[in-house]
Amino acid sequence: MLKVTSRTKRILVPIISILAGFLIGAVIMLIWNYNPIQAYTSMFASALGNMNGIGETIREATPLIFTAIGFAIASSAGFFNIGLPGQAQAGWLASIWVVLANPNLPKVVLLPLAIITGIIAGAIVAGIAGWLRAQFGTNEVITTIMLNYIVLYSCQYLMQQVMPSSLRLDTDTTKTIAANGSLKIDWLSSFFGDSRINAGIFLALIAVVVYWYLMKKTTTGFEIRSVGTNSYASRYAGMSTKKNIMLSMLLSGGFAGLGGVVQGLGTYQNYFTQTTSLDIGWDGLSVALLGGSTAVGILLAALLFSILKIGGLGMQTIAGIPYEIVSIVIAAIIFFIAIQYVIGRLFKDKQSPNLAAIKKEVQADNGRQK
Amino acid sequence: MENVTNVIEMRHIVKDFNGFKANDDINLVLRHGEILALLGENGAGKSTLMSILSGLLAPTAGEILVRGHQVDVKNPTIAKNLGIGMVHQHFMLMDSFTVLENIILGHETTKGPKLDLKKARTQIDELSKRYGLNVDPNKRVGDITVAQQQRVEILKVLYRGADILIFDEPTAVLTPQEITEFIKILKELAKEGKSIILITHKLEEIKRAADRVTVIRAGKSVGTFKVADVTDNNLAELMVGRHVNMRLTKPAVELGKTILNVTNLQVKNKQGIVALKGLSFNLRGGEILGVAGIDGNGQDELVEAITGLQHVNAGKIMVNGRDLTNQKVRKITQGGVAHIPADRQKYGLILPFSIADNLALQNYYQKPFSRHHILHHDVINQHAQQLVKKFDIRTTGINLPVSDLSGGNQQKVIIARELDRDSNLIIAFQPTRGLDVGAIEYIHKQLLEERAKGRAILLISYELDEIMQLSDRIIVLHDGNISGEVKPEETSDEELGLLMTGVKKEGTALA
Repeated sequence: MLKVTSRTKRILVPIISILAGFLIGAVIMLIWNYNPIQAYTSMFASALGNMNGIGETIREATPLIFTAIGFAIASSAGFFNIGLPGQAQAGWLASIWVVLANPNLPKVVLLPLAIITGIIAGAIVAGIAGWLRAQFGTNEVITTIMLNYIVLYSCQYLMQQVMPSSLRLDTDTTKTIAANGSLKIDWLSSFFGDSRINAGIFLALIAVVVYWYLMKKTTTGFEIRSVGTNSYASRYAGMSTKKNIMLSMLLSGGFAGLGGVVQGLGTYQNYFTQTTSLDIGWDGLSVALLGGSTAVGILLAALLFSILKIGGLGMQTIAGIPYEIVSIVIAAIIFFIAIQYVIGRLFKDKQSPNLAAIKKEVQADNGRQK
Repeated sequence: MENVTNVIEMRHIVKDFNGFKANDDINLVLRHGEILALLGENGAGKSTLMSILSGLLAPTAGEILVRGHQVDVKNPTIAKNLGIGMVHQHFMLMDSFTVLENIILGHETTKGPKLDLKKARTQIDELSKRYGLNVDPNKRVGDITVAQQQRVEILKVLYRGADILIFDEPTAVLTPQEITEFIKILKELAKEGKSIILITHKLEEIKRAADRVTVIRAGKSVGTFKVADVTDNNLAELMVGRHVNMRLTKPAVELGKTILNVTNLQVKNKQGIVALKGLSFNLRGGEILGVAGIDGNGQDELVEAITGLQHVNAGKIMVNGRDLTNQKVRKITQGGVAHIPADRQKYGLILPFSIADNLALQNYYQKPFSRHHILHHDVINQHAQQLVKKFDIRTTGINLPVSDLSGGNQQKVIIARELDRDSNLIIAFQPTRGLDVGAIEYIHKQLLEERAKGRAILLISYELDEIMQLSDRIIVLHDGNISGEVKPEETSDEELGLLMTGVKKEGTALA
């Protein structure tokens, strides 16, 4: 048993989780007679070995950063938001719709308008669950999970039945958006080997800073954290639990909606019918957990996730490993994050310097009195 | 005492938690048929020692002899088989079960697959008759008084065949009359040959009940004494390790204006039952009004109603001449109310937050702590530094989580935060619960200083000593009503005890 400070432990535990995940992945590959070293080499080579790979990895990480921040804000307030897929999807469809419906607006107006509409759409979906919890104490896990389905099929209905057919290519796909509503930056894409990297990453970096500032430096963040940590003491100190749950959910949904926006205006340039809840929602949850809900942690965890995803494609093409194995490696890592508690048990907390000092003092006092 | 045999000998017991010695070479001898008090402050190591004896903790070093034989009490079952039984401070009873069912729980007498309650009932009747424990075995535990519940716990231990009984702070929940009854039972048990260890920090009880007393301090044995040979003051000094001022000096303070005025206050509790049935009282500046009573007679609701945490159904609460009935918590706080809550870890602090953040919990949203919703950490830290110094909070840094502090220092954080805001009305609910003598002394002094500054203090406590020492006037709560108002210098524990059980006093002069 190693003795470490709690700070070291916070960093060590996720790293061990990741290594353990890779190890399990390797064992699984060995069982099915694949060469894990070749597999992992091709994974990193295709994700980071060339400019296109790096660009795609960054592109893949962009929406995850937003959804992870969304999850982290809600969880700071003690709200388990697993409605991120629905909130992101609402943001995606709304932003694409705004751009398609207003093709003649100048870029400086259209792009912000589309982004803000996407944020609001995500916030509304999350706000429903927040309101139900604040008002009636409804369990948010159930409401957000159900809202995912409601959004999934509502979006299908809205796109196929409500959206003017002039905006659609066919029943399942919208037209591609015009350049004045797109997050694409040509020089950036060509710099990264014609990848789909887009201005979303700059928004994501800004979001990370905003998230850090909001939670650590503002009274709003202080209240959200207080309510999430100890609602009784927060009420005692005159904070409103309801207001903070509502606020954190609106912020959470807004960020998740932004995740959908960059997916639409950045990656795909259109909206197409979704058959299952968006991956970026579920992955965002894992990213937030792996990153310990800290700003830097989220950034690093999002990059790791996208390395796994983009590199996974390389494992298939270069090393000939089925995508299922790649999914198992990712699942193994998530699994080890989920049992962080067990890994945490491997380390003993070093006595905090304060307690030790107090004990010394007590002993000294006793000595004097004798 | 003829035939003096040692039923338990604990020799040189050491218990090391990660380098912190909770017990450091402690010796304890319990003789057959005696009542031995185990005295020590909170954190002195009493509970650790008893946990070792009852098999919950393994000692790092030392040996235990039971009836002369060396034993290894590896688990609670071994302790039980050795005849060691513990009556815990917090009862482990099921409210919806009957007394009988609770007693036999885990030790059911059976006839094939069927419960044989008849046999158990005769056994229990016999036990309760023999030791004078009058409880009706057919009543549901939820319907009987706390004192009776305690007897059920005693019966439970006896039913399991214990003849060495450990009582952990047994009188904390009892009224003075019930304590007298309880001590009678203890003596009865000892007379019948049971050996008893009484864990307590109440000196007066030791004088009344125990034959001998073992004192421990900071994990070490101080010594064992015949109770008849020592005085209260001796014991207090042995326990704390220095001279203790048992009597506080309470200078006369000129009364100021009325600061708190409560009229006909009616409050329903969270279960929707009327918990306060029309309370009225006044509190003036420079005055400490003690609220005595048994836990659960409306104290929680009174505090929560005044501080805005609970809805008021009828009546009026005026603070500094302003109507604050059913106002928001923050409005009440800003209206000059400081609140020291009873549960410091649940209500008073956010444990994972830093000491500095906790000290700013009531004014983080105001200038200069924040401006336009942006926190000014330098101001918050500076404020924390000042308070840490002024209130002697023992810590190595203001950015450590408040959970790292000892209970006494955590309470100092709350006291510092609440008193620093210059509120006219201070609501102190169990301000010294679970603290050691030094911290209690400190907090009492702080409250008296606030009184001298002309502030009004509402002191709600279940510790009669605290109420008697600090209060200028005392009101007694019973079943949501004020059953009497007395002055500490004119009343006695007995009178207060009667009022606490709802026996109204004749001709009370209401001030």
